[in-house]
Amino acid sequence: MAAASPVARAREIVAAGLPEAIKRHKTPTIGLFPVYSPFELYHAAGVMPLGLIGAGSSIDIVHADARFQSFVCSIAKTTLELGLQKKLTAMEGAIFHSICDVARNLASVFKRNFPDMHIDYIHLAQNGAGEAAEDYLVSEYRRVLAGVEARMKVKVTDDQIRASIRAYNRPRALMRKLYEMRRNEPERASSSEVFALVRAGTYMSPGDHAQMLEGAMQEFAGRKNKRMDRIRVIVEGAFCEQPPPGLVDVLEAAGCYLVDDDFVAGWRWFLDDVSETGDPVRALAKAYLERSRCSSTRHDPDKPRHKELVKRVRATGAQAVIFMPAKFCEPALFDYVLFRRELEKENIPHIMIEFEEKMWTFERTRGEIETFVESLLFD
Amino acid sequence: MAEYQGIVHTRSREIMSAWYDRLAVAAANNTPSAYLMISGNCVEILRSFDIEPAFPEVNALQLAIRKQSLPLILKAEEMGYSSDNCAYVKADAGYTFDEHGGPSEGKVPIPKLIVCNFVGCNVYIKWFEHCAAFLDVPLVMIDVPFLRTDDRPTAGDLKYVVSQLQRLIQTCEKLTGKKFDIDKLREICAYSARAGRGWARAKALCKNIPTPFDAYFDSINMMGPINVLRGTKDAADFFDAAVKEYEELVAAKQGVIPNEKFRVVIEGPPPYPFYRQFRDLFSAWGAVAVQSTYSTVGGIWEWGFEHDPKHPLESIAELMLVQNLCNRSLLQRYAQIKRYVEEWKADALVIHSVKSCRLFSAGQGDMRDYFSNQLGVPTLLVESDLEDPRYYAQAMMKNRIDAFFESLEHRKLLRKADAK
Repeated sequence: MAAASPVARAREIVAAGLPEAIKRHKTPTIGLFPVYSPFELYHAAGVMPLGLIGAGSSIDIVHADARFQSFVCSIAKTTLELGLQKKLTAMEGAIFHSICDVARNLASVFKRNFPDMHIDYIHLAQNGAGEAAEDYLVSEYRRVLAGVEARMKVKVTDDQIRASIRAYNRPRALMRKLYEMRRNEPERASSSEVFALVRAGTYMSPGDHAQMLEGAMQEFAGRKNKRMDRIRVIVEGAFCEQPPPGLVDVLEAAGCYLVDDDFVAGWRWFLDDVSETGDPVRALAKAYLERSRCSSTRHDPDKPRHKELVKRVRATGAQAVIFMPAKFCEPALFDYVLFRRELEKENIPHIMIEFEEKMWTFERTRGEIETFVESLLFD
Repeated sequence: MAEYQGIVHTRSREIMSAWYDRLAVAAANNTPSAYLMISGNCVEILRSFDIEPAFPEVNALQLAIRKQSLPLILKAEEMGYSSDNCAYVKADAGYTFDEHGGPSEGKVPIPKLIVCNFVGCNVYIKWFEHCAAFLDVPLVMIDVPFLRTDDRPTAGDLKYVVSQLQRLIQTCEKLTGKKFDIDKLREICAYSARAGRGWARAKALCKNIPTPFDAYFDSINMMGPINVLRGTKDAADFFDAAVKEYEELVAAKQGVIPNEKFRVVIEGPPPYPFYRQFRDLFSAWGAVAVQSTYSTVGGIWEWGFEHDPKHPLESIAELMLVQNLCNRSLLQRYAQIKRYVEEWKADALVIHSVKSCRLFSAGQGDMRDYFSNQLGVPTLLVESDLEDPRYYAQAMMKNRIDAFFESLEHRKLLRKADAK
């Protein structure tokens, strides 16, 4: 039976998880490990990209603990567990990216354990804009595309890629609008509603996702909620492993409006539309190098992340930053050092809370955030 | 316990001390030096401009082996580093980023340039970004695409790396005011090639029974010269002398331990704060490492790679892209170890899993599954750390290693009985 509202439908899709999403899609599917991937290349080849972003508490770890040690993040283990429990067998393949050392080794473990899947690893350029980086990234995307073409026994045209860019530009633009609304009128939609809408997109076609987002925006526009006495915060650090929805609820209930965050960052990677004209592969490479968001998984010589965070605080009118790295996430944990240093130079309050996708009690976090909020409200 | 203490050990110390002296001089005179990382590095380019290379990793290693790392790790954790961050970085950060923003003891210069050749290890990007931010020194990022297409880089990878090396050359020209001299680089690459050949020959000699040196614990004496001093005459001469000595030991059938009973391949970095204790646990069983993956983090020379003075930039790019363990996939590491076990006639594989280095350790359970269940190679997996002494438990380590060799001994006896 159809769900009552776009948000309820989004929550249903998120709760059902990846195995259900694979079944629901009539087309072949491919799993994308975080953070960013050139979605359009798979989509144009007739393969629906779906988020391979762990499985939270929906799966018990039975086998993966024997492959990855106790000090490795949960997302690596639950993702592998999905495969070992044969919940990915209907997928054509899985793509991993140069985000951290665990992700790159996970790609190898997938390759050995699931020989029938098409496994690829994309090295995304770390050297910022410039002709050499752009040429490199074009050649890398062409290589990845050739792999998918060979798997699917198709030849993809530039027109098809341009059509896929158009398809993905739509939900990305709507998500930018959704976040703009959150910044300007945070009372219109709760953070957990926004989170559900964004997260659901990882299991949907871009067209269906865009439709859902449009419906939700319409609904939010009609709401007349009062603004509460809460502080405006940016949440930073949850760009790969995703927090349980209950944790996002708790942040808001404890007195925060999340005016920006990096949840599901890869699916809303670009600051504006990717060009729909010219060489589409070059357009994707150019957009990655020049018009993408800052991320702890990417070095950008022209935009140091700690400086960009301060700019973002100013631009969104945030009063504080909540660092929320996943347990054992090295890129986020390392970045905390420079973030903290920079925020302290600028007198911007901050707090750090670690999470794990499998966590299910939030009382301690709630207490910490409440105390933090009170210290700001009654300072 | 017996261990090798010949000319290789003393000569390695001498030439590495001379390098430290040069760094101290650079610190005192404010002459150009640059940070670089060990793995798949492009030290030849810096050397062609007389820029002295300094390695934060070597600093971290020295702190650990001298048992000085823990207070510095704790200091770094106060600065905001997590208990789950790589302790190699933390020890160096605690030492280098003091409140005055400079190296604590003035023995290591504040570099004029930070060159991040991160080959595979994403943590290095962070480490060198932090160095650049805390020390306020310009950072040059050499983005080395990970080797993800069988055993060869793509044409795009090679072009990308060479173009970045050319940019590094321009940066060095500006920094030193010297014009790039390709002939000087060729000469340096010729020394690198000679050192690489020597290192490969030394490792090949470990195929002999008994093995003339321990390819895990004694390799550290050669990893400094090959990775830090590569491109110098000193390093090339050092390897010629090492090979001569090892060949003599092989001819005399003199092993590194008196009674070689077990030949093992060791995977993963050593627990530096407990180097001696860890080694003794193996020597006690007559076990010796005949090959190790850790000794190839800087470069893999044993399959025939050498720097090519005729094509210096391309061969430097080749080392960075292909010929070092860090830029290769876990599955390529499985293949490397498999070859070690077969060609070096090893009885077993020992995996030392370190918390700090996920590049090495993440997924080593799968490696154990592959070697143990698929190939039938007896495999032991033990855990500790390469830098943080809090993760090393001697009694537990001893129990695990003793139990493993006991069962290996039993297995050998059964095999002998079956053969009769």
